[in-house]
Amino acid sequence: MLRQLTSRILTKPTTPFFSAAATRRPFSTEVADTSTGDETFVEQWKKVIPNIDPPKTPSQYMKTRPPTPNVLPTKLTVNFVLPYASELSQKEVDMVIVPATTGQMGILPGHVPTIAELKPGLLSVHEGNDVKKYFISSGFAFIHPNSYADILAVEAVPLDRLDQAQVQKGLSEFTQKLSSASTDAEKAEAQIGVDVHSALNFALTG
Amino acid sequence: MAMAVARRESRRLMPLVNPSVSIRSNLISPNQEQVGLGVRSISTQIVRNRMKSVKNIQKITKAMKMVAASKLRAIQVRAENSRGLWQPFTALLGDTPSVAVKKNVIVTVSSDKGLCGGINSTSVKISRALHKVNAGPDAESKYVILGEKGKAQLIRDSKKDIVLTLTELQKNFLNYTQISVIADDILKNVEFDALRIVFNKFQSVVSFLPTTATVLSPEIVERESEAGGKIGDLDSYEIEGGETKSEVLQNLTEFQFSCVMFNAVLENACSEQGARMSAMDSSSRNAGDMLDKLTLAYNRTRQASITTELSEIISGAAALEG
Repeated sequence: MLRQLTSRILTKPTTPFFSAAATRRPFSTEVADTSTGDETFVEQWKKVIPNIDPPKTPSQYMKTRPPTPNVLPTKLTVNFVLPYASELSQKEVDMVIVPATTGQMGILPGHVPTIAELKPGLLSVHEGNDVKKYFISSGFAFIHPNSYADILAVEAVPLDRLDQAQVQKGLSEFTQKLSSASTDAEKAEAQIGVDVHSALNFALTG
Repeated sequence: MAMAVARRESRRLMPLVNPSVSIRSNLISPNQEQVGLGVRSISTQIVRNRMKSVKNIQKITKAMKMVAASKLRAIQVRAENSRGLWQPFTALLGDTPSVAVKKNVIVTVSSDKGLCGGINSTSVKISRALHKVNAGPDAESKYVILGEKGKAQLIRDSKKDIVLTLTELQKNFLNYTQISVIADDILKNVEFDALRIVFNKFQSVVSFLPTTATVLSPEIVERESEAGGKIGDLDSYEIEGGETKSEVLQNLTEFQFSCVMFNAVLENACSEQGARMSAMDSSSRNAGDMLDKLTLAYNRTRQASITTELSEIISGAAALEG
């Protein structure tokens, strides 16, 4: 029975998730310079410690990304990641709107390379006539010159899973806390609560 | 572990051929019938005891393997899901293990519990090597250690370089909140130009890849991007939000550190369970082999003593008859 258990775990690569991870690892068929990692690092390492293999570096596990194309691509490739999931992975969409700290920001293919801080708010992904809406807590968005957009968030939920009544209740709770807060830390905590809940409220109603 | 037990075992079994052992077996079981010196049959009591203990060890290692296997399944999914988290940072800031800075901090991720093969000694070895690689006249390297086992190994020779140790990470459920608190702790208490995180990346149950991820401080990121190194094209990015560029970069690198740490801790925990599973598998197999040998020895001795007794009786009867 134990032997079966081992083989079951070992044969797991057939499941779609694992195979996605396996293909993400660069092999010799892909661009050569990423498979060896940082060459200066390897050289330095070999000079000082010849008897241990140099450790791998993250770029060796990265899926290679295409160079910046000359013509404007028609689609935007989006990676939307959370600590516990990859919500969208290399998905080609028409447009995304992210809640940057400076205001809602629409990203189309060929957008200027940007690093944007995100605030709690509505993230919508437009694909044809389909619009997927998420509420994200906070994070970062990177837009690369090759029409790749990476959106990182700490927490995200699809908008239809939010309960309006709970949001209202939370909002009033935190407003009360804010008014009764005595220390700076408490005040800041309550202020964050109010901000998030009013953003939630706005996303649901507006 | 089972190898050690086997070695001890053989050492213990060796004196069985000596008559002195009969005294020892009497010590273990005083109620047993007195066996005098020069008796040809050896006591089987010790062998029986040893068989029982080996069987118990086998049971324990088997159970540990099962536990590790079930834990592995749970954590493997989470480790794989967290793999998307660091990739945007590597795409944006590049992978810079070779950047030379003054204050290096090596964050060694290890496990709290042992009996998991070589994953802890691998990460310690790699950390020591990184320490050596980054040594220079005006550069210094410090250690931040996560996990009891890495601490025990590094404290022996590099006690003065350890600035912070954090243990019992896995007592609570490993989630992003916990890791970001730890990351915050490290960022607050340790001065750094570059953080080099050493961990074992999970590849399969039997293979782990020692990996080092580098997180640079905002000042170094700015310096490198101005110098046009690996992160040279950072200047072409527009920066939205925040008062100044350095403020955004500060937030960015802190977020990067927590994300990279989260993945590193999960990958290492996953590798730990995988390593423990294969270690426990081999030790229960070893215990099985040992049990087979012991059973054989036991049965053979028993049979020999029966044969001796029989031949004694027969020859005695024959002598009486004659």
